[in-house]
Amino acid sequence: MKALVCVKRVIDYNVKPRVKADGTGVDLANVKMSMNPFDEIAVEEAIRLKEKGVVTEIVAVSVGPQKAQETLRTALAMGADRAILVLCETEVEPLAVAKIVKAIADEEQPGLIITGKQAIDDDANQVGQMVAALLGRPQGTFANEIAIEGDSVVVKREIDGGLETVKLALPAIVTADLRLNEPRYASLPNIMKAKSKPLASKTPEDYGVDVAPRLKTLKVTEPPVRSAGIKVPDVDTLVAKLKEMGVA
Amino acid sequence: MSKTLVWVEHDNASVKDATLAVVTAALQIGEVTALVAGSGCDAAAAAAAQIAGVSKVIKADDAAYANALAENVAPLVAGLMADYDVFVAPATTTGKNIAPRVAALLDVMQVSDILSVEGPKTFTRPIYAGNAIATVESGDAKLVVTVRGTAFGKAEATGGSAAVEAVGAHADSGMSTFIGSEIAKSERPELTSAKIIVSGGRALKDADTFQSVITPLADKLGAGIGASRAAVDAGYVPNDYQVGQTGKIVAPQVYIAVGISGAIQHLAGMKDSKTIIAINKDEDAPIFQVADIGLVGDLFTLVPELTGKL
Ligand SMILES: Cc1cc2nc3c(=O)[nH]c(=O)nc-3n(C[C@H](O)[C@H](O)[C@H](O)COP(=O)(O)OP(=O)(O)OC[C@H]3O[C@@H](n4cnc5c(N)ncnc54)[C@H](O)[C@@H]3O)c2cc1C
Ligand SMILES: Nc1ncnc2c1ncn2[C@@H]1O[C@H](COP(=O)(O)O)[C@@H](O)[C@H]1O
Repeated sequence: MKALVCVKRVIDYNVKPRVKADGTGVDLANVKMSMNPFDEIAVEEAIRLKEKGVVTEIVAVSVGPQKAQETLRTALAMGADRAILVLCETEVEPLAVAKIVKAIADEEQPGLIITGKQAIDDDANQVGQMVAALLGRPQGTFANEIAIEGDSVVVKREIDGGLETVKLALPAIVTADLRLNEPRYASLPNIMKAKSKPLASKTPEDYGVDVAPRLKTLKVTEPPVRSAGIKVPDVDTLVAKLKEMGVA
Repeated sequence: MSKTLVWVEHDNASVKDATLAVVTAALQIGEVTALVAGSGCDAAAAAAAQIAGVSKVIKADDAAYANALAENVAPLVAGLMADYDVFVAPATTTGKNIAPRVAALLDVMQVSDILSVEGPKTFTRPIYAGNAIATVESGDAKLVVTVRGTAFGKAEATGGSAAVEAVGAHADSGMSTFIGSEIAKSERPELTSAKIIVSGGRALKDADTFQSVITPLADKLGAGIGASRAAVDAGYVPNDYQVGQTGKIVAPQVYIAVGISGAIQHLAGMKDSKTIIAINKDEDAPIFQVADIGLVGDLFTLVPELTGKL
């Protein structure tokens, strides 16, 4: 079974994003960029399934600028077999990404598609569910654990009240949550090897997908700032404060 | 005026709190029809009909809708949307699971996690873990929107008297099956509606220590219990305790962060709390940059002392 994993190049999660003074967006010039953390988990899961002999080939897909090649090389260094970059220098919305992934899935016929649950830049949490809808296939979102059982995948999902388990007929789409696994670091020899793994370059037009945005961003602003308050010297003062607030 | 279709989150018997904030948001967009999809959900439909501001309730009662499987529910919603302009769902795990599937079926771009309604098709929403707020306008003919519960007041649960109309079910998709769930029953207030929350971080060492330090304080205050990702990952508490960018978004009257450093991903989930109190031994911990009241010191002496003095 082939696995398709989706990886997005985003601001590194350790960087505090700054809103541009002109209110048009977040300043990404000279900012460290990395693979979306949830996508590292998605790649790791595909690799583990390959190590178990369930998955035979892992194809990593990214929609993004030329630099997203680096993200795909990281996926290849972790253990993906080949990569497809769908070049688009402007930001692509989840719906258009989903249409591109759907078109690639039509060509590649993967048994399993794994995406992250959410990209930490747009915080949309949409692509996986949209791919599932467009393909008319089942979805296991916010996966905490997955197991392939014959022609199904059993997905334990992280939900608001706890955990839920669903069984999905393959092919299926799974979106990775934080506790699905702990992604590995690519070793130096694997980083070297990744340089010679195949990376195809495509465009949205190759897949007949119109990436024109549906949403117009009118402005981007700083959230209201919280100013730091006071430090209290001891527990008694804290208790007094809590009493003032009427909570104790 | 726009016609909205609101996803009602319920357990077949009663309507969950998350729904009430969604109704408030939907009323700012237009007229509200509430959709109750479930199995044996008469009582939930009756409860939804009482929510103030709801004009009509659509009840889809079928075994296929028992567990809100997206594969079964999304086609139902997409079909109903022929008569509506906007589908509005809570940004809960149920809403986040279903709404994008509906959006793709309708070929529209979802607007996730809205904080405010600025116009018929214009909304604000957080991006980059809430470090920026985007104002976005949709160009789609129909809209799919999810709502951040803490950003809207709750509609009154009673006072309305909408008519309930039953609709037929689509067939079960046959692609997905609900196997089971592990839902912890607790007397404690739910995180998203708790007035006071005590949250513990990595500093709490292990599950037993977390339990013995955090629980007595929460009991004294009648508080809900939350945690950082680090505490959840380390197995001190279950996943549904996680507060943050990718966990629960909370905004209680008082949020007490114990042994939590204050990473941006954690702040994203709690910085709209009315009063933030932080207990941390590192006086430079980032949590103090947002805390209204900070107490520097060892939590293992300070928290038991605090509990004892309340
Ligand atoms: C994609 C992604 C999503 C994430 N989502 C979330 C999320 O939703 N929620 C979330 O919380 N995190 C999230 N994180 C993780 C986040 O980046 C931090 O790693 C995490 O919040 C740290 O948890 P912590 O503060 O408990 O631990 P630490 O950062 O290790 O902090 C422990 C704190 O305890 C203090 N301390 C230690 N001992 C004592 C003592 N005896 N007394 C008093 N204080 C003490 C220390 O000074 C320190 O400040 C996410 C990360 C990623 C990459
Ligand atoms: N431009 C992209 N290229 C590849 N995968 C993407 C892209 N955007 C989103 N994804 C995938 O979809 C997941 C959810 O993204 P989102 O819906 O934008 O929050 C991410 O974790 C990725 O796995």
